[in-house]
Amino acid sequence: MQNAKFGMRNNKPLYSKIIVIALLGVLSLFVSHAMAAEPLGKRIILDNGMVLLLSEKHEIPMVTINMALRAGSTSVPAGKPGLASITASLLTQGTTRRSANQIQQEIDFIGGSLSTGGGEDFASASLRVLKKDIRTGLDLLSDVLLNPVFDQKEIDRKVKETLAELRRQKEEPNIVAGQAFAKAVFGDHPYGRTNDDVASYLPKLTRQDIVDFYSARYTPENSIIAVVGDVSEKEIVALLNEYFKPWRRRGTPLPALAPPPEIEKTVVQKIDKDVAQANIDMGHVGISRENPDFYAVMVMNYILGGGGFSSRLMDNIRDNKGLAYDVHSGFAAQKEPGAFTVAIQTKNESANDVIAETLKEIRRIQEEPVTEKELADAKAYLSGSFPLRMDTSAKIAGMLTSIEIYHLGLDYPQKYLSMIKGITRDDVQRVAKKYLHPDKMVIVVVANQEKAKLKY
Amino acid sequence: MKRMKRLSLIVLILLLSASASGFAQNLNVTERVLPNGLKVLLKEEHKAPVVTFQVWYKVGSRNECLGKTGLSHMLEHMMFKGTKKYGPKTFSQTVQRNGGNDNAFTSHDYTAYFESFAADRIAISLDLESDRMQNLLLDPKDFQSERDVVKEERRMRTEDDPVSAMVEQMMSVAFSAHPYQWPVIGWMSDIGNFTRDDLVRYYRTYYEPNNATIVVVGDFDTKKLLAQIEKSFGKIPRGPEVPKVTAVEPKHLGERRVIVKRPAELPAVFAGYNAPTIANPDAYALDVLQGILSSGKSSRLYKSLVYEKQIALYAGGDYDDVSKDPNLFYVYAGVMPGKTTDEVEKALYDEIDRLKNDPVADEELQKAKNQVEASFIMGQDSNFYQAMLLGQYESVASWKLLEKYVDNIRAVTKEDVMRVAKEYFTADNRTVGILVPVKQ
Repeated sequence: MQNAKFGMRNNKPLYSKIIVIALLGVLSLFVSHAMAAEPLGKRIILDNGMVLLLSEKHEIPMVTINMALRAGSTSVPAGKPGLASITASLLTQGTTRRSANQIQQEIDFIGGSLSTGGGEDFASASLRVLKKDIRTGLDLLSDVLLNPVFDQKEIDRKVKETLAELRRQKEEPNIVAGQAFAKAVFGDHPYGRTNDDVASYLPKLTRQDIVDFYSARYTPENSIIAVVGDVSEKEIVALLNEYFKPWRRRGTPLPALAPPPEIEKTVVQKIDKDVAQANIDMGHVGISRENPDFYAVMVMNYILGGGGFSSRLMDNIRDNKGLAYDVHSGFAAQKEPGAFTVAIQTKNESANDVIAETLKEIRRIQEEPVTEKELADAKAYLSGSFPLRMDTSAKIAGMLTSIEIYHLGLDYPQKYLSMIKGITRDDVQRVAKKYLHPDKMVIVVVANQEKAKLKY
Repeated sequence: MKRMKRLSLIVLILLLSASASGFAQNLNVTERVLPNGLKVLLKEEHKAPVVTFQVWYKVGSRNECLGKTGLSHMLEHMMFKGTKKYGPKTFSQTVQRNGGNDNAFTSHDYTAYFESFAADRIAISLDLESDRMQNLLLDPKDFQSERDVVKEERRMRTEDDPVSAMVEQMMSVAFSAHPYQWPVIGWMSDIGNFTRDDLVRYYRTYYEPNNATIVVVGDFDTKKLLAQIEKSFGKIPRGPEVPKVTAVEPKHLGERRVIVKRPAELPAVFAGYNAPTIANPDAYALDVLQGILSSGKSSRLYKSLVYEKQIALYAGGDYDDVSKDPNLFYVYAGVMPGKTTDEVEKALYDEIDRLKNDPVADEELQKAKNQVEASFIMGQDSNFYQAMLLGQYESVASWKLLEKYVDNIRAVTKEDVMRVAKEYFTADNRTVGILVPVKQ
């Protein structure tokens, strides 16, 4: 259930409406009285310094584990774009105890799943197994994190595969637009790393680069483990201390990050492609998750373009004018200020109209206060939908991880409720003025430029 | 390969709950049929204070005809455009104001609508869904602009996605007499020529209580909810029987093949074999076979084409068995730069032939079964997918098939796997689609 394209299954159901985009990050508000008093979970420091967040759930005999490791793109030394992702993806491709095939065979045989991957601030590792297979699962998880061998053959294979995948992504106009947008907004900052940057670095990548990065970043003090499921505290603490015992702290500092470029006035990038729709990305640098205005920005963005069919952009561009199937805005609020982005697809000929309407809506939310009803509706959704944000084990694990990453505290639901409750129309207008910059936008348009005839 | 990762039927199937200990999957579903023919399936889940409410109509592109393809999906869009009581734009806004999420989807065989909420908001669904089952406005002005939205949707999903465009063509060749030949979203020219009258007629014909199933999974009391459903939906009059779809795809007399040239970076190869539905007992062996071919990175297609031979960027197999009429079992792969569609196609058939010629190893068979069982248990984690499965099965056959699903999978032998491979995976029985990239 997502708004991603359904590539291949012809009879996969078509979702006519778009999904309400996850607003700002993972968390939303919590109002259910019955649950509000219960803590989300427990925070425990393990023997090796790793932080465990535990939510016991005994209804189903299964265990879901999510790990976040401070080993994403922002941890990579300058000049090595893509190193974080390839390192993470090679963890499961062979250890001192198992070949890549053995790892896959073992996890598949118990009907579980094990995966590792890169990210911007964090790399991730996740495991899901039946309760009865918890030892096998933890043995595999700890093995891939502690004992990867980074065999040269596996590196070569992964480089080849990644280069082919990066090439394939050029088929997708929304990815092409997103790449150009990230580069224009973030420049040399790691959030601006593009597929092309990665593709030009990978042929130069050495095994030593990977080993050095792995040794510096894959350490217990850089790791958070969230466990949700059918285990007791005593049991899981003992198991984690056993399986992760050999892991040692190192305390390597993070590299300094290049600042994003100053954008003085709106920049328009036109990319010509033989497509039926213009893919438009508009925006600029936004806020970090730890910005105290986060909650006011969340409410403001809901009204502007984050709130699905309750948002102004959707109402104007899709419902009233029929110009797009999907239009949404969002703030990627991470460790560092991420992007504020409005993303839209419309037929080439409508690109000018859609850009004009978007700019109009951004200016309107800055110039006029939102209505009482809009504010009340936004707050009602953001508070009332909280139970849905923790209705599966994976969602709870994700939420626990966010709470630790952004120092939100396990009483976050209660705090968050009052933060949202306190937002006023003035707050919404204030943050709209402060964090939206319609005259200093990056506008990327991937389109058949002859048909789009951009005025911008 | 995000876009190639399917919510496989297997996975979907597996997402449904069963008792953890194993056999005798009592799904704890309460079934009632109201006097007006509306079927109600309720399953209590008290793990979290949330509920998902779904209404499934047994209508999809299968019920359409050439010239009006995509009508089911167009109507689905219009179902959000209001009734007399709830004007335009208010449906989703009402749901969101109550902290809920809503959406809908259309397939070949069904159209479904759903809301997910905190458990105490379920009355909203009863009110909204009973209202739009009978009182849809279908405002002419809204219809005009929504038709444009659907065209944009088609541009996004199909026109600008080379693999989707190829699969659409492949399906149009795989079925000659049966409506599965046209895409759920419809051909562009048909979308442009729908009239409001088409929609009114379609709505009156198919949106009837006797052609619908309500599925609710979550934190509620069955007795109380059943009474509420009877109150909200019971007064809607039964409609006439819906027209039957009688089309039958004839036996194919030889391989069918389609080439699609599109601006793209990499070629892709799909081969679809005509295969039976879940109503046929062979479906269980084919599900196991699907797992052997495609479930996890130790499965045959990934291991052979992607990992060992390195001729494919992605590879897998998919089986559309939760289908009203027979559909396809297909294998597919994306071609690595420097490799050819010919060698990739041959490698796919080599794996198919192995299944026909050599019995699968005991451990491999057991692995596929373990994957099914584990996923079945893990599926209890999500109310939405439990409801989704009940709705899908009920719309194409019967939800009761799910109760015996794991037992039927357990009973599959390696002889069964070999037999169904030989029976269905023949060259004459397949349709091949090739995406040939052209530079723009």
